[in-house]
Amino acid sequence: MRKWGSLLLAASLSVAAISACTSAPTDTTASPGAEGASPAATAAGGSRLDMVLQRGTLICGVEGTIPGFSFVDPSGTYSGLDVDVCRAIAAAVFGTSENIDSKIEFRNLDSTARFPAVQNGEVDVLSRNTTWTSSRDAAGGNGLEFAPTSFYDGQGLLVSKASGIQDIAGLAGKAVCVETGTTTELNLASRTKEAGVTINEVKFQDSNAAIAAFAEGRCEAFTSDRSQLAAKRTSLPNPDDYVLLDVVMSKEPLGPVTINGDSRWYDVVKWVTFGLIQAEEFGITQANVDQMLQDPNPDIQNFLGVQGELGQQLGLPADFMVHVIKAVGNYGEIYERNVGEGSELNIPRGPNELWTNGGLMYSPPFR
Amino acid sequence: MTTSFPPASTSRPPLAQIGPVAWVRKNLFNSWFNSILTILLGLILGNTLVSFVRWAFSLAQWQVIPANLPLYFVGRFPASEYWRIWVLVALLAALAGQTWGILAKTAPRLFSRPVLIGLAIAALIAVIFPTPLPYRLLIIGIEVLVAASAWFGWQMASKVPSFGKWLAIAWAIALPIALWLLLGGFGLRPVNINDWGGMLLTVFVSVVSILLSFPLGILLALGRQSTLPVIRWLSTAYIEVVRGLPLLSILFFASVMVPLFIPSNIRLNLVMRAIIGLTLFTAAYLAETIRGGLQSIPRGQTEASRALGLSTPLTLGLVVLPQALKVSIPAIVGLFISLLQDTTLLLIIGLFELLGISRSILANPQFIGRYAEAYLFIGLIFWVLCYAMSWGSRRLEQSLNTTH
Repeated sequence: MRKWGSLLLAASLSVAAISACTSAPTDTTASPGAEGASPAATAAGGSRLDMVLQRGTLICGVEGTIPGFSFVDPSGTYSGLDVDVCRAIAAAVFGTSENIDSKIEFRNLDSTARFPAVQNGEVDVLSRNTTWTSSRDAAGGNGLEFAPTSFYDGQGLLVSKASGIQDIAGLAGKAVCVETGTTTELNLASRTKEAGVTINEVKFQDSNAAIAAFAEGRCEAFTSDRSQLAAKRTSLPNPDDYVLLDVVMSKEPLGPVTINGDSRWYDVVKWVTFGLIQAEEFGITQANVDQMLQDPNPDIQNFLGVQGELGQQLGLPADFMVHVIKAVGNYGEIYERNVGEGSELNIPRGPNELWTNGGLMYSPPFR
Repeated sequence: MTTSFPPASTSRPPLAQIGPVAWVRKNLFNSWFNSILTILLGLILGNTLVSFVRWAFSLAQWQVIPANLPLYFVGRFPASEYWRIWVLVALLAALAGQTWGILAKTAPRLFSRPVLIGLAIAALIAVIFPTPLPYRLLIIGIEVLVAASAWFGWQMASKVPSFGKWLAIAWAIALPIALWLLLGGFGLRPVNINDWGGMLLTVFVSVVSILLSFPLGILLALGRQSTLPVIRWLSTAYIEVVRGLPLLSILFFASVMVPLFIPSNIRLNLVMRAIIGLTLFTAAYLAETIRGGLQSIPRGQTEASRALGLSTPLTLGLVVLPQALKVSIPAIVGLFISLLQDTTLLLIIGLFELLGISRSILANPQFIGRYAEAYLFIGLIFWVLCYAMSWGSRRLEQSLNTTH
């Protein structure tokens, strides 16, 4: 009998211990602020590159529910432009293009969870439609590092033709659907303030809910990045009833993100992204990369690691770009496959053309 | 003396009011006001039904569901390992069938008319549903297995009195087997828990959270009633703190804050974090539900068992708790049903359970805008799961019903 009593006591005490553990930290939830230093990056002492190599998998944060950028296709594989950037980084780091998905762990992050996930080291790289802004980049802000832009976007306005809205001034007194916790929300506020109109913001945690509300007529306009508006418009019952206004309210350069203060890892992500653009400029594609290894052009030989030590300097295999291109192709191929003419979204390349074709895609030289 | 009988022919006995027409007249058209209400509501309901049917058969594009069926049920679980899921389903079907048989042992007939109708509907759905033929055969096979094991359990329950005990042990053994089938290892190909999704993840997280939160909830409920002040205060503090926090913030805490406190080379699995969050949350509510049950047990029960010489743990374990838990079954099952539905919040920490996987499917440019179809489908799955739980709990209540 006494034994039973002590057993119960022990069990109850363990409950007490659990409750003490769980209730104590909740009080301090607010103290490590959003600008938090990077305990994860510095704790191990080395670069995240070593950590990734040691682990054998790249943890890549994606959104998971953006048409053309990241989603799960019926066969259960991730697909999209952001996802292909993850694959490119993994191919470069691990020096292989074979079965690259087995070396990547995708982590789905919504807009409120993405920065904490980078800061606390949950993900190695964030490839998730994230706009490059000064405050996010600054050490005193979110403390992130932005790799080169992989997609130039801009905020637009989708309105129904029936509403007769032509420009921002026409929004006066109208309800506008917007996704909360994004730069989109801030831009809408500042542009409407600039135009001196008061609008009724209808906020949603997620863009699918926002477009559904817009389709039901709960708001007269829907604002988001133009790429997203183009995708969402195809999903509306009568796409022709809606018009994408010429208004461009913001610059939205979207690109991969790493943590501040780890330049070795940041350089890898940065130069792999540049490499995709450079490969398109050189005309190296998934199909012809093996022939290009014999190309006499010394710039291409350097780029593909036939000679020189660009790869070693970055801490990568010499032929890292060969693996990248074999895995996902060059930037143009990635674009066309996921959001361009090869996809249902069919977004014209516009600013995402190479600089040689009048766009903004430009890579510093690989030498 | 003459007795005057009332004239026999003045009023005839009322006609028997039976048959559908009489029922309709009595219940729907018994006054002019009710007649108007009936017609009005009938029109509204009929109109809704007609437009729903029109939508379902002409506007809706259902191919989003058959095309993504594996995603809905198991997420990114590798296709070459699907057989393990089928083995697990068969195992659970056999055990569930026998449990049903035991719970229904007092019933005069196992396969009553509603049960047969239910089975027929399930079989019909399995046949109609556009899946590859082997899957249809497997689903029918599993249904037959459930029915056969139910009959077996029903027979055994009356012949072997200890059969229920054996079945409980079988359930306990089934849990590690299920984990082995799902996670792999020991001869099976390992499957990353992050690749689980859809219904598999929803059910797994719910079941494990239920199993863990139940004992924790009982301990907290007992702790809150303890005579030792430290235990009482700590239990009360835990319950009040957790009940004061929204589940969303607890999950967010589990996913965002926890990694800050543990070394970066130790990575606590996202699914484990979700289970911890859900368990800690549900345990607090469960504790209060069970405390309500404990307080409903008359003091005399405790005093009587003391008088018989039972110690405190035995009094609790043999007299008070069994009665308290029996009283609380409906409320406890209600909590578990809401736990199942709360798993949709796992979306916020990036887990693709049923709701999350639907959103990812809807981001596929091929299926953009098929919200209604996709959400209707997962709504149906949730309804089936929740109804199964509440049906099971009612059976359990009936079989435990010993009140006089």
